[in-house]
Amino acid sequence: MPGITREEVAHLARLARLELSGEELDHFAGQLDDIIGAVARVSEVADQDVPPTSHPLPLTNVMRADEVRPSLTPEQALSGAPAQEQQRFKVPQILGEE
Amino acid sequence: MTVTDLVSYEDALASYDPVMGLEVHVELGTKTKMFCGCSTELGAQPNAQTCPTCLGLPGSLPVVNATGVESAVKIGLALHCEIAEWCRFARKNYFYPDMPKNFQTSQYDEPIAFDGYLDVQLEDGEVFRVEIERAHMEEDTGKSTHVGGATGRIHGASHSLLDYNRAGIPLIEIVTKPITGAGERAPEVAKAYVAELRELIRALGVSEARMEMGQMRCDVNLSLMPKGSERFGTRSETKNVNSLRSVERAARFEIQRHAAVLSSGGSIVQETRHFHEDDGSTTSGRVKEEAEDYRYFPEPDLVPVAPPRAWVEELRATLPELPRLRRNRLREEWGVPALEMQAILNAGAVDLIAATVEAGARPAAARKWWMGELARSANESGRSLDELDITPAQVARIAELVAAGELNDKLARQVIVGVLAGEGDPDTVVEKRGLKVVSDDGALGAAVDEAIAGNAAVADKIRGGKVAAVGALVGAVMKTTRGQADAARVKELILQRLGVEG
Repeated sequence: MPGITREEVAHLARLARLELSGEELDHFAGQLDDIIGAVARVSEVADQDVPPTSHPLPLTNVMRADEVRPSLTPEQALSGAPAQEQQRFKVPQILGEE
Repeated sequence: MTVTDLVSYEDALASYDPVMGLEVHVELGTKTKMFCGCSTELGAQPNAQTCPTCLGLPGSLPVVNATGVESAVKIGLALHCEIAEWCRFARKNYFYPDMPKNFQTSQYDEPIAFDGYLDVQLEDGEVFRVEIERAHMEEDTGKSTHVGGATGRIHGASHSLLDYNRAGIPLIEIVTKPITGAGERAPEVAKAYVAELRELIRALGVSEARMEMGQMRCDVNLSLMPKGSERFGTRSETKNVNSLRSVERAARFEIQRHAAVLSSGGSIVQETRHFHEDDGSTTSGRVKEEAEDYRYFPEPDLVPVAPPRAWVEELRATLPELPRLRRNRLREEWGVPALEMQAILNAGAVDLIAATVEAGARPAAARKWWMGELARSANESGRSLDELDITPAQVARIAELVAAGELNDKLARQVIVGVLAGEGDPDTVVEKRGLKVVSDDGALGAAVDEAIAGNAAVADKIRGGKVAAVGALVGAVMKTTRGQADAARVKELILQRLGVEG
């Protein structure tokens, strides 16, 4: 029986760095359970002869030659950064909660 | 920081058997990143080698680097692995600013190479087989600089700065099966394995594998089980151990630490640990996330890689001789004892001596210069032998001049100094510094006469039959000719002048 528990949703929320209230957890756990149930019905029709698919196109070995292509300039790369320092992306404290 | 209690290495091994797992990351030497065309060249300005793909910007799509795949197959084949007929990339999801995508593109349950082995040779010649679980393709992360804390540490930092030039550089992760049965030699095996792998990677030409530059990094997983038990204990994972010596020290330290915890009735916490170069200890890092926390799933933006069998066989045919076999062959050809060969290997001189011999030098001469004068010079300038400004062909030329009697060892050393100082090739240095051996009788005659006249007592002794005393006169001539005289010819001339048979 597929499905997802409230505890599993809380765990996923933590991994995804989402802060959810108890009310939201109840709400999303119910919704996600419905979605997983719906998707699970696919396996009822898919028999052993249907291989799992991760890509809609029957392609393999799409590769490029090892040739350098122009990069962005540092200014362009940093243009969307909320903060920068010394031509680098500036991010908030990483360790702190632990 | 708490002080870690240790038991002695001998006591630890008396009660427990170590089990190791080694994970080695190799940065490939491709010109571009694994999934985009950004350059991988070192020394660029921060964030000068990024694009929408490696920055994880919306709408960008990755495309696999063909040379990256080829290198992965070569490594797999050289490790006697099977090459997957079909495999996919997967997303390893985690939140950490070193990857702007919030996932690392890696491979999960479908590695490109699996089930192989690498035979490694310990210093006494014993061969130990390390089995390979898998080798898979992934990408490197960006470089973090932590600001505001003590000495660049992440703890206590107020914020961090990210340079994504390294994010996306191709990595091959090579994972061993649990290494059992090495007993007290486990740390030695770990070191020998990483050393052999490094030689192999270099021989394949897929990476320089310079550990000091982070091009090759090792994680050491270690656990202990009570002697006689078959059940593995809980392991610790010491991350980023980045020199051969450190690999050995980290394994040794963890054996002693685990033994102390276990024998006092405690249990090992499964965690990552940091290695400290200064005292060889490890300290606790974060508690290891379980594998499913990474929520791997197949990368939808990349199509599967299915290396055609004919291509795999083509690559197999191009594999070079395995470094260990080549070393043993060269050792026999050069007539060198095992211990000296080990010293040559440790000095990074195998390829240099081989190239010098190939350029025409006798093995003994090639060895003498690389392991003597040149090793000394490298040591003094804090560089490796292959960073010296002299080529094997130049060393071979110097050896040739010595063999032909045009230089003696003393002069040859001066030629080497000249070449290293950028004065030109050996012949140019000989010419400019006037370093040819003088064997011309006319030029030597005056110096010989002078030496005999100035050392009458010695000359008399020689006339009286004490031929061994001739050394003093030869020395005098060498002194007046500033080392450039042909010593053998000088001896002949002196004996001739004094009417004595040699």
